[in-house]
Amino acid sequence: MDELKNKVRELLGSGTVKVFIGYTTGTAGTKRALFAEKPEDAEGLVFDSSCIQNLAVYVTKQEVKEKGMMGISATLPVMRSLVQLARENQVSDSGIKVIGITPESRLIDFGNLSEVEKYIHQFQLEIDQKNRDMLEKLDKMTVSERWQFWLKELEPCFKCYACRAACPMCYCHRCTVEYNQPQWIPVPSHASGNLQWHIMRAVHLVGRCIDCDACANACPLAIPFNLLNKRMIEDARKHFGGYQPVLSGDHLMSTFKPDDKENFIR
Amino acid sequence: MNIEKRFIRKDSLKKLFDALVAKNKVVYAPVTRNGKTSFRIVNDFSLISGDYIQTTQSSKEVTFPRTEKILDFEKNKDGIGVKPVDIQPVHESVIWGIRPCDAVGKGELGAIFNWDSKDEIFNARVAKTTLISFSCSRADEYCFCTSVGGNPGNTEGSDILLTLAGEGGDYLAEIITEKGGAVMAAAPELFEKDPGIEKDKYLASLPARFSHTEIRNKLDKFFESEEWARQSLRCIGCGACAYVCPTCACFDIQDESHGKSGSRVRCWDSCGFSLFTLHTSGHNPREVQSQRWRQRIMHKFSYMPERLSVYGCTGCGRCSRGCPVDMNLLEHLISIQEVTV
Repeated sequence: MDELKNKVRELLGSGTVKVFIGYTTGTAGTKRALFAEKPEDAEGLVFDSSCIQNLAVYVTKQEVKEKGMMGISATLPVMRSLVQLARENQVSDSGIKVIGITPESRLIDFGNLSEVEKYIHQFQLEIDQKNRDMLEKLDKMTVSERWQFWLKELEPCFKCYACRAACPMCYCHRCTVEYNQPQWIPVPSHASGNLQWHIMRAVHLVGRCIDCDACANACPLAIPFNLLNKRMIEDARKHFGGYQPVLSGDHLMSTFKPDDKENFIR
Repeated sequence: MNIEKRFIRKDSLKKLFDALVAKNKVVYAPVTRNGKTSFRIVNDFSLISGDYIQTTQSSKEVTFPRTEKILDFEKNKDGIGVKPVDIQPVHESVIWGIRPCDAVGKGELGAIFNWDSKDEIFNARVAKTTLISFSCSRADEYCFCTSVGGNPGNTEGSDILLTLAGEGGDYLAEIITEKGGAVMAAAPELFEKDPGIEKDKYLASLPARFSHTEIRNKLDKFFESEEWARQSLRCIGCGACAYVCPTCACFDIQDESHGKSGSRVRCWDSCGFSLFTLHTSGHNPREVQSQRWRQRIMHKFSYMPERLSVYGCTGCGRCSRGCPVDMNLLEHLISIQEVTV
């Protein structure tokens, strides 16, 4: 902890970064984001296993970006998100300084995003056993059982869009649900509207979602819609050899070829 | 009417519930699923959750559904035919197990829906809804009803208020309105003579943390404060706070059509969304999240008391509990009170 505080004091003191995004203690011992702008702000920084918010969500936020060079304490999911965001031209070395935190709470002072990319590629993007079991359970259901499962689980959704807001990859200024000429996705939070919203979101995240669960953790109603994202990750692994965020090169879902074996795509 | 005090035994509570169901009332009560407690239509007393400080969502959905049809339309040879919804089929409902802060919220929500034009659909639902509230014997770090004029045993807005009188599980019943009287009339034998229960002894202790009138005065000169940006830097701009709030009333109007006919639907909306104030021209008067956060606080603590003579906050703490990034309203109000302008 002291190592992190010292590093951040140094970064802010030297002017290397203007704002450092880390964690601090919030209500009733929960952890939340801290934006340190002066060396003395570093005193409020904390880090432990309860720091689960994906802080990469803030690097595309206008008011944070306006402060200038950003620093960020990045766990593995945050590092993965940053590499994916860089691939999508949302962040670059000129805008961010990454201080990695390993699963053993060791600090890594990354020189640039290429080093972050190299680091994250040591680890596979894999669904944990508990969720794999859940996906298997869903697979074993009949179509109508699965339909009932999703109708029941998605029924409480009131479309507060906390899932979208908490996701680093949902940075669009105008989301598909907000286009109404024509209306692609129904706005009301009825059964059909909820189903279309969550399926559309999952599909937009194929090959981009890094399984951080920020969406599900943000949901005030604890709806397990992240199973849809996990299904996509599993399918990508099974049929396309899986994926990892990369700084350059083809994207899993953007490799259109005129000689594709599927007819519907031509 | 004067508040009438009665006594309800522990095992009479289920009988009262069953009597209401038997009278064909639609009873909404707190049910826990996936660790979250919300009001659902319940016919079986054993499904009701008893162990909650506050439900995740308020009960406002009973009178202000998150999605509600307000009219049907159809294109025909003469033009467009419009048919308003029939408000008669609104059921006689009972909300069972709400907290006093939610009952206060009913009045605050009603003030908005009757500000200029009277909202007939909302009013019809309120007229047919009876509130059976339960006083609070516990509070948590998010609760602040006493800072906004309420208290854990507040009778305002409720039709009946039940206060758990000690570990025996018996209740003091306060019959507050005629609707409450009608509930008592459904099973009069369950409402025994009050043995002189000292209600205050059984209520949660919750000292006030700020004064809402002081906040209101402070906000008059606070519009340009840098505090808004400081507080809201971590706000991610979702609508969770507005949707769990008992008094947030903003809605969006959507037309859902299929071929030549369709329905006009009223859907919840939130001032926290970036598109909430976006003009057709592309200009957005609330361009950044700090301005939207300011609007939320100003609306509840300055504009509503000024225009409607009620505050838009009951201190239930739901917005803070439901916030994915810990935007704690109590903490932020205290800092507004403390910061020098």
